[in-house]
Amino acid sequence: MMTTRILEWLGRLYIWLLLAFLYLPIIIMALMSFNVSPFYQLPFEWTTEWYASLWQNDQLILATWNSIEIAVITTIICVVLGSAASLALYRHEFRGKKFLQALLFPPIAIPWLITGTAMLIFFFGVGIGRGLFAILLGHVALALPYVIVVVSARLQTFAPELEEAARSLGANQWQVTNRVTLPWIMPGVIAGGLFAFAVSFDQFVVSYFLATPGQTTLPVEIYAAIRKGFTPEINAVSTIIIVVSMALMLLTARFFKFGGEK
Amino acid sequence: MAGVQVSNVSRSFGAHKALDDVSIDFADGGFYALLGPSGSGKTTLLRQIAGFDFPDSGRISIGGESVERVPVEKRRIGMVFQNYALFPNMSVADNVAFGLSVRGEAKAVIATEVQRALDLVQLGKLGGRRPHQLSGGQRQRVALARAIVTKPRVLLLDEPLGALDKALRVDMQIELKRIQREIGITTIFVTHDQEEALTMSDRIGILRDGRLVQEGPPEEIYDRPKSEFAATFLGDANIFRGDTTGNGIRLPDGTAIAAGAGAKLAAGAKASCAVRPERIRIATDAGAPDTANANMLKGQVSKRIFAGNNSTYFVERAGQTLKVIVQNTGADRLAEGQDVVLRWSPESTVLIAAG
Repeated sequence: MMTTRILEWLGRLYIWLLLAFLYLPIIIMALMSFNVSPFYQLPFEWTTEWYASLWQNDQLILATWNSIEIAVITTIICVVLGSAASLALYRHEFRGKKFLQALLFPPIAIPWLITGTAMLIFFFGVGIGRGLFAILLGHVALALPYVIVVVSARLQTFAPELEEAARSLGANQWQVTNRVTLPWIMPGVIAGGLFAFAVSFDQFVVSYFLATPGQTTLPVEIYAAIRKGFTPEINAVSTIIIVVSMALMLLTARFFKFGGEK
Repeated sequence: MAGVQVSNVSRSFGAHKALDDVSIDFADGGFYALLGPSGSGKTTLLRQIAGFDFPDSGRISIGGESVERVPVEKRRIGMVFQNYALFPNMSVADNVAFGLSVRGEAKAVIATEVQRALDLVQLGKLGGRRPHQLSGGQRQRVALARAIVTKPRVLLLDEPLGALDKALRVDMQIELKRIQREIGITTIFVTHDQEEALTMSDRIGILRDGRLVQEGPPEEIYDRPKSEFAATFLGDANIFRGDTTGNGIRLPDGTAIAAGAGAKLAAGAKASCAVRPERIRIATDAGAPDTANANMLKGQVSKRIFAGNNSTYFVERAGQTLKVIVQNTGADRLAEGQDVVLRWSPESTVLIAAG
């Protein structure tokens, strides 16, 4: 009786420690973005001046828009190509399929530093060079395997008789996919899309290799800014991004019921 | 509605011959069972008729139209799958509406037809439910409504009752038969359950190793099986093997068994006789000679299984165990270990050529 209670208490403590470990740095950063002192000095004095000066920082705002644009386009491309590839791998048997599927995994494990170097050399070789378009291509290549892996995992739970039943009722391939298969794999497609967005939006290493001074993304811009000298504007922009991405995640989890099938 | 003709259809998967020169004529409006053990090719045959798979050779026609290279979505068939295959993301009504909707029917037409189909399977009020909120029997009915609402030319059923428990299965057998009669659709039904095949169908085709073993009305196959396999797969049978005497056989120990009139095989060849357990009479002594039940064997009861309305006796005789089923008439029951005499008529004996 006594031991169960102690264990229960320890368990709760553990959860709180874990959450603190995850969120404390973020919370402190968010608080400091509202603090007057640029040097983390206490006592805490409320201000929104860093957010105001962030609004004036054209370079940071441009980089943010670049990041969002690239992440959104990457997500759309990866979701469409990745879902189509997953469906093809699920439906058809062809020579070299196993080999092709096995080749999808190594890019996830290869260090981004190496992928980035390889891409830089390759893009120069074929004449694409550096810039936003090169970054977009790089992000699509990085994120695509994630989408295929997640959507394929979802497809493993799909009953193939459902497609057969739809065909027996006169549905053509397009109708079968749209009305029967896609609704079933939608949670996988959404999760894959979130992965793709995160891979692109968080991407630093590959973007750093492919960015040029005018054409850069937010993580690269933040890194450059920190090297020049740290300002609480970075705290401010980070806080905005955290709030937006957490809201996005929570909304998705709420509406698409990951894991549970209803 | 239409009949289905399968002519000389063969289909191999690698070295495995799943179907070997199968021909069956399914007449318009009939209820057919394709019966066989697993791996006999019955499901492969159904998939050829449906159009999920194409034969290597042979012809399939529906309503006189050649379809062996037409894909399933263009064949205008209705199919009920073993696990129903209801679309989980749609309501019951949307499931049933699917076939009409992909054809681009008007909304009003769809609504009327869906309601009519749901009423036919007695689920008129459950249109708004989701498949996961239904019982097994109800899902079965939805799958049936979905398959017939498009007015297909032929209805194909792949072990549709396999997932139901016994009591529900009997209900659904009656229900399925009623609906089939009501709309008069040619129905082809795959099953491995011989009782289901016997009670439901107008004709049965028995398959084994990709070949059609025998085809005909249930009574004919049960009473006049043409092979030992047909005799033992559809119902129970005692099989005696020996040399033919023309209209019967002689067992290795010299006992003669006479078969019914009309049975004729060249004397001297190997052959067997099949006798249904319920056709044999069992008694404790020979009694007076009985010309009607001319076949007689002596044996010893080794086991009795009481099943309420009848009892099954296992009788040992010359190293062979024979099965006898006796109706419960209240007469004295025989004890295990008792010596008995078995008698049955030549008319109850089917002579089968060795093969």
